[in-house]
Amino acid sequence: MIGAGINRIDGPLKVTGRAAYSYERQDAGQPFYGFIRGAAIGKGKIAGIDTAEAEAAPGVRLVLTHRNVPKQGAFVNKPTIFDRPHPQLTSDRIEYFGEPVAFVVADTFERARAAAALVKVTYAREDGAFDLANHADRAEPQATLSIGLPGETRFGDLEAAMSAGPVTIDQTYTTPYHFSQPMEPHACLADWRDDHLTVYLATQTVAQNRIALAETLGLAADQVTVDAAFVGGGFGSKLYLHAEAVLAALAARELAHPVKVALTRRQVFTLTGHRPEMIHRVRLAATSDGQLTGLGHDVNLQAAVAEPWIEQAATVARSLYAAPNRLTRHSITNLDLKAAEAVRGPGELPGLLAFETAMDELANALDVDPVELRLKNDTAIDPELGVPLNGRRLADCLREGAKRFGWGQRPKTPGSRREGDHLVGYGMAVGIRMHFQGATGAVVRIDPDGRVIVRSDTPDIGTGTYTIAGQIAAEALGIGVNRVTVQLAHSDFPPSAGAGGSWGASNLSIAIDLACQKIRNKIVEAAGPGAAPNDILADVGRWFPEGVEATGQTIGQADDPNFKNYSQNTYGAAFAEVAVDIATGEVRLRRMTGVFAAGRIINAKTARSQLMGGMIWGVSSALHEAAHVDPRHGNWVNGDLAEYLMPVHADIPAIETVLLDDYDEHANHLGIKGVGELGVCGTGAAVSNAVFNATGIRVRDFPITLSKLLSGLPPMRTAA
Amino acid sequence: MKAFTYERPGSAAEAAAAAVRTPGAKFIAGGTNLLDLMKLQIETPTHLVDVNNIGLDRIEPTDQGGLRIGALVRNTDLAADPRIRRDYGVLSRAIVSGASGQLRNKATTAGNLLQRTRCPYFYDTDMPCNKRAPGSGCAAIGGLNANHAILGASEACIATHPSDMAVAMRALDANVETVAPSGASRSIPIADLHRLPGKTPHVETMLEPGELIAAVTLPKPRGGVQLYRKVRERASYAFATVSVALIAKIEEGRVTVDRLAFGGLAHKPWRVEQAERAVAGSDAAADSIADIVLAGARPAEQNAYKLPLVRRTLSATLEHAREGASR
Repeated sequence: MIGAGINRIDGPLKVTGRAAYSYERQDAGQPFYGFIRGAAIGKGKIAGIDTAEAEAAPGVRLVLTHRNVPKQGAFVNKPTIFDRPHPQLTSDRIEYFGEPVAFVVADTFERARAAAALVKVTYAREDGAFDLANHADRAEPQATLSIGLPGETRFGDLEAAMSAGPVTIDQTYTTPYHFSQPMEPHACLADWRDDHLTVYLATQTVAQNRIALAETLGLAADQVTVDAAFVGGGFGSKLYLHAEAVLAALAARELAHPVKVALTRRQVFTLTGHRPEMIHRVRLAATSDGQLTGLGHDVNLQAAVAEPWIEQAATVARSLYAAPNRLTRHSITNLDLKAAEAVRGPGELPGLLAFETAMDELANALDVDPVELRLKNDTAIDPELGVPLNGRRLADCLREGAKRFGWGQRPKTPGSRREGDHLVGYGMAVGIRMHFQGATGAVVRIDPDGRVIVRSDTPDIGTGTYTIAGQIAAEALGIGVNRVTVQLAHSDFPPSAGAGGSWGASNLSIAIDLACQKIRNKIVEAAGPGAAPNDILADVGRWFPEGVEATGQTIGQADDPNFKNYSQNTYGAAFAEVAVDIATGEVRLRRMTGVFAAGRIINAKTARSQLMGGMIWGVSSALHEAAHVDPRHGNWVNGDLAEYLMPVHADIPAIETVLLDDYDEHANHLGIKGVGELGVCGTGAAVSNAVFNATGIRVRDFPITLSKLLSGLPPMRTAA
Repeated sequence: MKAFTYERPGSAAEAAAAAVRTPGAKFIAGGTNLLDLMKLQIETPTHLVDVNNIGLDRIEPTDQGGLRIGALVRNTDLAADPRIRRDYGVLSRAIVSGASGQLRNKATTAGNLLQRTRCPYFYDTDMPCNKRAPGSGCAAIGGLNANHAILGASEACIATHPSDMAVAMRALDANVETVAPSGASRSIPIADLHRLPGKTPHVETMLEPGELIAAVTLPKPRGGVQLYRKVRERASYAFATVSVALIAKIEEGRVTVDRLAFGGLAHKPWRVEQAERAVAGSDAAADSIADIVLAGARPAEQNAYKLPLVRRTLSATLEHAREGASR
C-alpha cells in the first residue's frame, strides 16, 4: 500500500464540486460579506477617515476603522512564528502599501465592495524606503534565522582560499520578490455564537492559527474552533494568520452574525506574504582540477521592522559540498514594505538559484563538465555539522539524470549550437533541501463495525494528505484503503505542526503508524498470549465491543536523536534544455528531467505531482517570476496574474520526474522524508545554466528576461 | 461594483440610441475587458447596453471583393474562418497570438478594438493615471515602464495598445463601420479610429458618444506572404513587447514589403506608410525600414531595449518571409 500511486480519495469530491472550501462553507447559515479597504500609501498616517457615506450605503452593517475597532491582543514576535497574534486596524499608522484601513461588512459581496470604495481616507504621507538595492548599506547581520539555525557559519579562512585560488568565482546575483499565489485566495467564514468562535479558514496550520486568533481576539484557545477541511493551495502563504481571518472574526463577534471574507487577487499580493528580494554574493575557490577549497554565500534580504522573516537562503551550501574554508552569512535590510513570509522552497529556491549558477560559472572557468564538478565535491559527511548525511544519493541522482537526459550530447562550448532560429543549450544543477520534523499527533479509531477513522489537525492543502494518511493506516492495519475514513484539519483533532516545510506527510505518517501499532498491541494484549491478529477488524469486533482507539505522537526534531546524529536532507538533480530565439532573446524550455531522492515514497502519483509542480516553479524562477515594487510609492506594480508572469501550459513541454524510491532508516522508522518542495530546489539554476550554455551570456539578475539577453546575442542581418 | 441598470436591444440602431438615452451608459459584448474593469471600479457605468442580441455576427463578402466582419463575430470564429485564413493570414495569426482560448471564445471583433490599455498603473486605482483619472498624472513615467510605448507617447501617457488583432487590421487597411444614435452610419479608416494620447489619453478613439461599431471591412485580398510575429516573455497569455505584422511579396528571393505594422510600441497600432514607400520594390533591409519607423522614438527609462528589438524582430520576420516560412 505504501508507495502505490493510488488516486486521491478526495478526488471525486473535488471534481464534482462537493469539497467545500472555506468561502463555500454553508455551515453557519446566510452570512454577511466583508471587504477590506487598503491604504493608498506605503508609509505615513491616516490624516482623516470619513465613513459616513459608506455606513449609509445600501446593505451595510458595519464599518470598522482604527477608531472603532474592538480591543485586540498585541502582536508578539514569538519564535513559534505561526501562532503570533496579528491585530488589525490598530492605529492611524501605515506601515505598508495596502495595509487595511477600513473593513466594510454588508449583506452582499458587491455592496460591501462598493461601500468600501466610499470610505474617504486622507493621508499624511511620509518618505519611505522601498528599494533594496538603494538601501543595501543598511544591511544588518543576523545571528539567528527565523527557523532557528545560525545566521552565520564560518570554517577555515575563505579569504585566504580566495587569494590562493587558483580558480575563483566571486559574483553577485539578485533574486526578486516572489508570491505564492495559490489558486484559492485567502478566505475565512467566521461564526460567533454562545461565546464561541468557529472559523472555516484557508490555513496550513490549524492549531497555530487557533492560538493566533484567540490571542488576537482576547479569547481562550478553547473558545475558538478552526476548520480547514479543504484548502486550495498554500505554498507558505497560509501558514500565518492574516487580515481576512481577524477582521471576519471581529465583525462576526460585533454583529453576532456570520461574516465571510475572501481576498481579491490583488489583495493576495498586498495582504499576504512575499518572498523577500535578495542580493547574493557567492564566492568559490577551487584547485585547477575542480576540488573546492572554499565556498562562501552572503545574502542580504529585505525585511520589515514589525516582523522580521530571515529566510535561510545562504544555508544551501552548508551541507552540499565539501570544502575546508567556508563562510555563510545572512543580513537583513529593513524597508517600508510588508513583512516577508515563507514562499515555496524558502531558502532553497533563491539560494540554489544563485549558488548553483555560481557552480556552473566555476565549471565553465575550469572547463570541466558541470556534472563531474558536483561529483568531485560530493561528501558523505556534513561538512559543517560533522555527522553523516543520511540518504545522501546526490551522486545517484546526478548519474541517473545525466543518463536519462542524454547529458553526453550537451554542447561543450557555450553559444555553439544553432538549430534554425534558435540557440540551444543544456544546463544542470543539483538540489538539496533540509528535512524537518515537527510534533504532530494523530488518533486512529476502529469502530466495532470495522470502520477505521484517522484524525489529525494536519490540513490537506491540495497535496494529497487525505490519501497518504489512508495509505499509511491501511498498511499498518493490513486492510484496504477503502476501509479508512480520514478526517483532517479540525482543531478538535490532535494538533500537528501543520502542512508546510514539506513535513506534513512524514510528521503525520509517523503519528498514524504509531497509533496503529498501539491498536495492534491492544488487540494482542486482549487476545492473550500467542495471539497473532491477521484480521484486525474482526478482532476488534470480538474483543472491543465499544471499538478501540489510540493516539500516536511524532516528536519534534529537537527531541529526536536522528536529528542530532545525522544531517537530514533530501536531494535532487535537474537537467534542462532551452532554446533561445536568436533574434529576440525569448527563452523557451524544451525539456527537463529531474531525479530526486527523498527516502521512501508514500504515493508515487501525488509525489510526482508535487515534484513536477516544483520543477515548473523552478522554471518560473529562472525565466518569469518577479514582483516589482515602485520605489516611489512602495506598491506592487504588477499585482495581478496578467502582469505577474509565471509559466502557462504553452511554456511547459514534457517534464520527466524520476524518484529514486528508497528507505531512509535514519530519518524515521517509516523511512520517509519530505518531498513537497524538493522540486523547486536547483531546478531554476538548471534552466539558468542552460541559457548560458545556449548563448554564452550569463545573466545574474533573475528572472532572465529577453531584454537582459538582447545586447549579447549575435548580430542580425539588418542591412541590405 | 456600483449598481447599474441593463437592457438588451434588438438592433444596432436601437443600441446606439439606448446608449445616449442614459448618461454614463456603456456597451457590453463579450465583457472580457469591461467586467474586469467594473470589478476594480475603474469603469463604473450606470447602465449597460448589451449588444449580444443585435445580430452582426457574420462574415460576409463585400461588393468590392473583400469581407465585412460583423462587430459581434467572436475572435475565435474570425481567426478560424477559412476565408480569413486563406486571404488574410496575418489577421488570423495575430488573433490566435492574443489572450487565451477562453478569452478569444468570448471576445468580439468590436470589443477587441475598443479594449482599454493594460498599463499596470491604469489598473491600480491607488496610483495616478491620466487615462483613469484625467489630470492626476502618469505614474508610469519614472516608474516601471519596461513594456511601455516608445513612439507617439506624450507627457500625459506612455501606455501601449494591447490588441494584436488591430495591428493586423491596420496592415490590411481595414475600415470600421459605425452606427450613430441618430441612425447615421459612417466608415472610419482604422488608422483614424485610435487616437494618440496627447493631453487627453482618456479619449482613446474618435467615436462619438453612443456611436457603435457595426462591422469591420477588409479590402480585397492583397496576397503575398502574410506573417505576424509577436515577441513576448512567455509563450502564451502575455502582451507583446514588440509585434510585427508583415505582408510581403517574394520574387526570385527578393522580399518587397507591401504592408507593415507594429504592435507594442505605441498607444495605437503603428504603421509608417513612408517606410513602406521608401523601400517599395527593393529587397527590404530591416535597418532602412527601422530607421524611418523609429525616427521619432523616445524610450522611457526601462524600455530602450525595444529599439534593437524592433530591428532584430523585423529582420527575422523578413527572413521568414524570404524563406516562405509561416509563423
